[in-house]
Amino acid sequence: MKERMNIVVVGHVDHGKSTLIGRLLADTNSLPVGKLEQIKKTCELNAKPFEYAFLLDALVDEQTQGITIDTARIFFKTKKREYIIIDAPGHIEFLKNMISGAARAEAAILLIDAHEGIAENTKRHAYMLSLLGINQIIVAVNKMDLVDFSESRFNQIKNDYSKYLNEININPVEYVPISAFHGLNLIEHSNKMSWYKGKTILELIDSFEKEKEEEENDFRMFVQGVYKFTENGDNRRIIAGTINSGTINVGDEIIFLPSQKKSIVKSIEIFGKEAPLFAIAEQAIGLTLTTQIYVKPGDLICRIDQQLPYATNRFVANIFWMGKNNLSIHKKYKLKIGTNKAGVSIEAIKSVMNASTLKKENYREEVHRNEVAQIIFRTDKPISFDLFSKIKSTGRFVIVDEYDIAGGGIIIEALEEKEELVTPDYSGFERELYELIKKYFPHWEIKPIY
Amino acid sequence: MDYLDKLEAHSIYIFREAYREFKHLAMLWSIGKDSTVLLYLARKAFFGHVPFPLIHIDTSFKIPEMIEYRNKLARELKLKLIVGQNKEALKTKQTFPDDNVDRITCCKLLKTEALKNTLSGQFPRYRLDHELGVFVEDQDKETYTGVIVGVRADEEGSRSKERYFSPRDKNSDWDIGDQPPELWNQFKTEFALKTHVRIHPLLDWTELNIWEYIDRENIPVVSLYFDNDNGKRYRSLGCYPCTLPIDSTAKNVKDIIKELKSGKLKNIAERSGRAQDKDGGGTLEELRREGYM
Repeated sequence: MKERMNIVVVGHVDHGKSTLIGRLLADTNSLPVGKLEQIKKTCELNAKPFEYAFLLDALVDEQTQGITIDTARIFFKTKKREYIIIDAPGHIEFLKNMISGAARAEAAILLIDAHEGIAENTKRHAYMLSLLGINQIIVAVNKMDLVDFSESRFNQIKNDYSKYLNEININPVEYVPISAFHGLNLIEHSNKMSWYKGKTILELIDSFEKEKEEEENDFRMFVQGVYKFTENGDNRRIIAGTINSGTINVGDEIIFLPSQKKSIVKSIEIFGKEAPLFAIAEQAIGLTLTTQIYVKPGDLICRIDQQLPYATNRFVANIFWMGKNNLSIHKKYKLKIGTNKAGVSIEAIKSVMNASTLKKENYREEVHRNEVAQIIFRTDKPISFDLFSKIKSTGRFVIVDEYDIAGGGIIIEALEEKEELVTPDYSGFERELYELIKKYFPHWEIKPIY
Repeated sequence: MDYLDKLEAHSIYIFREAYREFKHLAMLWSIGKDSTVLLYLARKAFFGHVPFPLIHIDTSFKIPEMIEYRNKLARELKLKLIVGQNKEALKTKQTFPDDNVDRITCCKLLKTEALKNTLSGQFPRYRLDHELGVFVEDQDKETYTGVIVGVRADEEGSRSKERYFSPRDKNSDWDIGDQPPELWNQFKTEFALKTHVRIHPLLDWTELNIWEYIDRENIPVVSLYFDNDNGKRYRSLGCYPCTLPIDSTAKNVKDIIKELKSGKLKNIAERSGRAQDKDGGGTLEELRREGYM
């Protein structure tokens, strides 16, 4: 087995995510012998109906409350490859856990309860997937047994949901009618839904394509550490990091950003192996240089012969907020991008959106938990980055509030570097007034206030 | 890169983040196969060096071969080895083998308590002095704020829900219902005073991955994992009163890989030889909430 893929299962609470995974495990013989019987027995003893979800909801609180609290990793194999299936919680309260799980995935199964239909988090989760850059998605319409396997009900959900997904630029690979509890259309086609001619869940999972590694892109590597371990006569000064994208060769001229220091790669170091002549994206390596220059963790290494990233202190990003406290334009935060860190504040909140209704609000001063927003950030010092659309791993960042990661974002536009804002923070009213003047009295040629 | 390369690279990334972010960093070393891979990955991450101490919690009931192997490897690689122990519980014989407490209480006292207090510096730490060749009491009593542990998500339910960087509060408790977000290789590296963070570089590895990697990189492991002509071998190592070997004729790493792939062990959980997991439902989760690895 040469390949492994991470898949996340998302959707609204009680739409059957854990059940789907539990049933897949059971039907593909992936469970330890006796596990199913043991759980059935426990259910009987506690006078609870059996649920496949009990196979996954390992925590005591999860079992007693019948709800998935935290993301679990489930190891699962098909003939084609090995999978880690990530079971994400569907309750809004645990959205941050869903995001932690989904951020690790390359593809997703989005579940909708055929009886209940599209719910709040059916939409919100899809939006989060699009923000996280997950493009391969199967939509599984579950609990078809509760709607008499009705093709028209299935089509109705499919049509409604397609409209929403269209708006957020998601094109699902397939819509599949299933019954996770009864194991229909998971592994084998069910004759109860002979009108469905597409692939089963298992076939679809195997048809997901591995994400292309970023080898073809320009070279980027964040410095993670500069090591000089003198023990046992080791004289090397090694710049350690994991390659974000591209390729590096011995002899390449490189530049450290934003400091702009230059040097040439003398050697590529990998412990226990003969020093290679080149290294590619995702490899964890060390570099020694022909000259001794002072560089530090967080610097972004690039090749001089390639297109360089942005180096500025201002940019526009789409973010999601998971913090206990609101994200506020009056507060300072810490930004982490790759191994780099910088103090950051908010120049403007351009818009805030409810990811479920897609309703937008402008002129807000705060972003609440579980909302998404478009924001102009300003860091205390210039940082290097790419746009998310060019290189994913150098185009996304997290925001730390006090001790915790509270938000994540992708950079969609770089802005010109500016010193500390000389204008005061504008109130919501001032911004609203500005927009109105701009809209209705353009001949006033009013000066932008951001 | 194949999947083992990717697992390796990701683990190395976690190691380097931990080393960069935590001033007082240590790694738990249980001598088992996972710990052994962990140690090897640390050397890979730091180009042959291990720039932090290794902590072994010695319950005094470990299989003697494990201790021999531990000391031998520590001397060979000149590791900074720290040994911690709950001397009080051993002195007053508050142990399961002494028939005074049940298995779970024994685990709590000899492992969880010993670990907590060794990390905080409350219990004495014994450091292997490479010049004298013996263990001496370590003068460094500083609390370790980052602790690298070799747990894997596929071992057991509560571990399947872990984060790579998992915070513990001032009582070493794990708030399993409210774990911090973790995305895009950004981890929880900021933490409040008196709390610490458990770091899990092996979370995404399976038992099979571990053995495949041991095979590929030729990593020596303690011989207890192999059948020594009596048709039995250990699959998971621990204290001898609570750890039983399984029936198996696997004599080397390749045999073990074959055995795991054949599905012969599918109906036996990896920790099935570990008796403390079984005393009541959710037991390991309970132990782990209170600080067990």
